[in-house]
Amino acid sequence: MFSIRSSALSSRVSALSSALCRPRAAASAGVRAMSMQAVDASIGLTEEQLEIQRMALNFAKTEMAPNMLEWDAKEIYPAETMRAAAKLGFGAIYCNPDFGGTGLSRMDGTVIFEALSTGCVSTSALLSIHNMVVYAIDSFASVEQREKYIPSLANGERFASYCLTEPGAGSDAASLVTSAKREGDFYVLNGTKSFISGGGEHDVYMVMCRTGGPGAKGISCVLVEKGTPGLSFGQKERKLGWNSSPTRQVIFEDVKVPIANRVGKEGEGFSIAMQALNGGRVNISACSLGGAQEALSIAREHLLVRKQFGKSLASLQNSQFKLAEMATGLQASRLMVRQAAQAMDSKHPAAASLCAMAKLFATDTCFDICNQALQLHGGYGYLRDYKVQQFVRDLRVHQILEGERRRILVMVSDLVNHVFGTASRGTGTNNGAGLAPPLTHLLLLLV
Amino acid sequence: MRVIVGVKRVVDFAIKARVKADKTGVVTEGVKHSMNPFDEIALEQGIRLKESGAVKEVIAVSCGPTACQETLRTALAMGADRAIHVPVEGAAYETLQPLAVAKIFKKLAEDNQANLVLFGKQAIDDDANQTAQLTSALLNWPQGAFAAKLSVEGGSKVKVVREIDGGLETIELNLPAVVSADLRLAEPRYASLANIMKAKKKPLDKKTPEELGVDIKPRIKTLSVEEPPVRKAGIKVENVDGLLQKLRTEAGVTF
Repeated sequence: MFSIRSSALSSRVSALSSALCRPRAAASAGVRAMSMQAVDASIGLTEEQLEIQRMALNFAKTEMAPNMLEWDAKEIYPAETMRAAAKLGFGAIYCNPDFGGTGLSRMDGTVIFEALSTGCVSTSALLSIHNMVVYAIDSFASVEQREKYIPSLANGERFASYCLTEPGAGSDAASLVTSAKREGDFYVLNGTKSFISGGGEHDVYMVMCRTGGPGAKGISCVLVEKGTPGLSFGQKERKLGWNSSPTRQVIFEDVKVPIANRVGKEGEGFSIAMQALNGGRVNISACSLGGAQEALSIAREHLLVRKQFGKSLASLQNSQFKLAEMATGLQASRLMVRQAAQAMDSKHPAAASLCAMAKLFATDTCFDICNQALQLHGGYGYLRDYKVQQFVRDLRVHQILEGERRRILVMVSDLVNHVFGTASRGTGTNNGAGLAPPLTHLLLLLV
Repeated sequence: MRVIVGVKRVVDFAIKARVKADKTGVVTEGVKHSMNPFDEIALEQGIRLKESGAVKEVIAVSCGPTACQETLRTALAMGADRAIHVPVEGAAYETLQPLAVAKIFKKLAEDNQANLVLFGKQAIDDDANQTAQLTSALLNWPQGAFAAKLSVEGGSKVKVVREIDGGLETIELNLPAVVSADLRLAEPRYASLANIMKAKKKPLDKKTPEELGVDIKPRIKTLSVEEPPVRKAGIKVENVDGLLQKLRTEAGVTF
């Protein structure tokens, strides 16, 4: 890491000296330079958050951005970078400090993930999933469990993965079938989890499994460690993006897990999973923000440089309007994400729905920004040498995971129905019933 | 041992500098600023000396407008123990020159019983490369500029390996001394989140030039700041004779 940094530093200095000598061709072409101040992610942050953002942006620029394309092309899991990030406090950002958490807020978390995503969305997202699991352990586990797991998960020694989805249970997560049969002091797990980020690479797996009857109430949450007999992994999936994050099936064949590894009581697993997802959604949205910010910046640079019909593309009003629309969408997304994070911090009753709405809006809008940025690059946008296509590919999955759009829309529309007193459209647990279920019940049980 | 490190807030190295329309300087309004990279390196070295036990206290100092406190907070987050902001605002700041800064550092070094003053070798905005040398002359302390390596020897001397045109020069300085950091002296750390949070509680004091009894009026007047001339296209010549002719008639070379 150190050698990367010093060559980056000397290239920073030489970049500086050449920049001072370069002729101002763009300025002399009479182009109105667009001030990027309006898309400044530092607006509204406290002094401390500004310092955190500065550091995270620096880390992203120096440790992640130069490697983003290679990690994607060669499907490299950047273990050293993940570890270095964790050592700086990015491993357990909003966990309590008593066992090694950094003790910051969810709002601080969004600032961090957005900043890191300007360097590499895929890696930042994986780090955010790890944070989601560590947070769930920090919030719901016993003191003994926290003492056992948090320190090594916070400092980068070990990383964690979140196992909910199965081949037959995606949006309908409560129908999961991975079983956990009680045998003495153990649960014996059988089943398969799919699309697990970090699968095969990470050390601790937070697994939602069925200890009781059907539905959400029969699900518990257990921690399974890599190396446990019977635990195996499928082939690494070949994906459109998120290629620095290995995705595999996690397979349980008579895996014996001590009862002591169960987080919370039997039957609380689904609730834990859903509460973890609220924060996960905010984080994924923050990752989208960072990718879109960078894509917007890159697009602007390209427009300043590319000339056709005797003028730079940046001088064309259509291009300027396009950038303005993108910038506006980014700003709106950022505000939604930040308010959702703040609502989580203040334990506002509307937090879950704000997280859902932010996720819906931000992931869609930011993907569109990246897609537009690709379009603005013309043919170059299609080349793998240019970063913009990777931002498009990496952000595409944010619209799918941690709450596919339609599930999110069900959540939000049921909330709206509840607020306005109209009959419930039919939730996961209450199909066609006339009365809307209690608000908290509704928010916790819907994926 | 106590170390004072100068940290200057400058336009970020990655920003393309633009000259102001009135030719009085470079546009700084609304532009991203950060700690001068060479100062970051000097600060990192100071902190490492503290971590190795050779130094007891690292004090970060910045001269300039209120925004300099951001730079000082970064210095505290990296590991400085306390910070001193010397406020200089507006027009006075635009004409603040290395000699004035050196006088400020001389006074602060004396007032704080510093044994070592560390600077970056030059600031990337003015590229002056004067402050360290002027400070050492004013204090009458030995200097080691362009340090690539710095070590404390027995508490009363420092050994400095300097990067000079001819290669590397190793010198030994009696403390107290002034050293300026070159690129390869130390790779700056990222401030950890925990240290960023701790920095809030570290002291950041203000000391005005008046309190320090320092006259910061400029001795040099900048007449104009302009962009370098636009690079002209080259031409091809037919043969060596053509080349010699061009050199004589257009390049002004006499032979």
